[in-house]
This record gives sequence, C-alpha cells and structure tokens, in this order.
Amino acid sequence: MILDVVLFTAIASATALSALMVVFSRNIVRCALWLLFTLIGVSLLYFLLGAEFVGATQLIVYVGGTMVLVVFGVMLTAQQQFLKIRIRPQEWMVASVLAGSLFVLLVTTSFHLGEGKTSPPTEPMPGTGPLGVGFLTKYLLPFEIISVHLLVVLIGAAYLARAKRRPGGNRG
Amino acid sequence: MAELGLTPYLCLGAFLFCCGLLCIATKRNAIGILMGVELVLNAANVNFVACARYVPQFALEGQVFALLVIVLAAGEAAVALAIILNFYNNHSTVDVDKADELKG
Repeated sequence: MILDVVLFTAIASATALSALMVVFSRNIVRCALWLLFTLIGVSLLYFLLGAEFVGATQLIVYVGGTMVLVVFGVMLTAQQQFLKIRIRPQEWMVASVLAGSLFVLLVTTSFHLGEGKTSPPTEPMPGTGPLGVGFLTKYLLPFEIISVHLLVVLIGAAYLARAKRRPGGNRG
Repeated sequence: MAELGLTPYLCLGAFLFCCGLLCIATKRNAIGILMGVELVLNAANVNFVACARYVPQFALEGQVFALLVIVLAAGEAAVALAIILNFYNNHSTVDVDKADELKG
C-alpha cells in the first residue's frame, strides 16, 4: 500500500509538472515534448491503477500515433515567427482566474465524490478478455459507431489536407 | 495518508483539465490549442479509469469508455491537423487571431 502512495506521488507530480510546462512553454516544439511526457505519465497511472490494456493503448495510440501527428504538424508549420507567439498579460490574467476558480470547484467536487472510496476492491480490474467480450456483445453499437467514425474521419482528413492546384498553374 | 483513495486521482484529473483549459485559452498557435484539447481529453480519461478501479460496478464500463475516448482523440487530432494545414496553405500562418474571415 505504501508503495502505491509513493509511486502515485512521483508519477502524478511528474505528470502535473509537465502539464504545467505545456502551458507555460513559449516554444511550440518544447510544448510538444512536454505533452509527450504528460501522456507517458498518464499511461503509467493507468498501469498503476491496474488497467494494463488501457495503459498500453494509451502508449501505442497517443504516444506513438497522435504525438507523431502533432510533431509533424509542428514541423510542417514551423516558421520562426510562429514558434513563439506573444500573449498579452491581461489575457493571461483572465484565463488564470477562470482556470483557477474552476480548479477549486472541481477539487471540492472530487473530495465529495471520493468520500468513503479509500481502498480499491480486492478483485483485479477486468483484463483484455472481458473487454473484448464486452466490445463484441454489450458495447457492440458504440464499437461499430466508433469504427465508422474513424473511417469517415480519416477519409475527411485526407480530403482536407490533399495537395491543391495552385492559381499559378502547377500542382503544389 | 497511508491509503490511496479515489480523491487524489480526481484531483489530478481536475488539474490536467485546468491546464488544458489554460492552454486552449492562452495559446495563439493553432497546434498549441490542439495540445490543450489533448490534455482535456486525458483528464477525462484519468477520471474514467480511476472510477473504473474504485467503483466496482463501473469496472468494465470505465475502461470501455476510456478506450473510446482514446480513439476519438486520435480522430480529432487527425482532422484538426488537416484543417490547420489547410489554413496554413491558404493563409501562410497558424495564428488563430488571423482566422477571422467570418467575423462580422
């Protein structure tokens, strides 16, 4: 039990710190790097909670797929004037006050929700077997919807990002 | 505190959510905003998996919906990046303050 607390403290503080650095980094490339650390930290938390399949999926899809997309987006649009865009201080003020008050609200709600749930149940989380059976029986409709959604999204993304004919004549 | 309850996970989720919100509100680079959205989705996912662990009747549901959110986030990132690249091709900028053509 004490190992759980130590591991949670270490992983959670690293995750929270890198999430803060995503917000406060001026350079967009560094933001992407800190976001990578945040996602890895979240996947470690899933492993700590005993949800191995979700943690592995997070590592493969998020860290391996989505982050590569984001990094490619950064590289394709990286020009010196966009790497660091200045923000006015009053915008920072308004956003910080809003986010801070929302954080206080959410934490009070968390303490209400977490009351009495101090120790996890002894039986382990359902693994890949129950998850797969669940996806093909009880959750078949969401599974099918998300499959079609993924197909539509990928076709739409390819259509949106295709190379267009430039007004000058040759394809760009 | 010797016992790890549900509350620390929910608090971490709240923190990640607020970081994502701050990121969306303060970044002017469109890809920075996309990163903020990813942070928000991750915060929701942390809550899903933590509730799956600590509330026995949600043990399967929490994981199922966490997986669905991961897939949705991947699709969202693909479409958002396609739109951003399209915008960059047309306007040669990724500053969202310049994307005001439909402003009245």
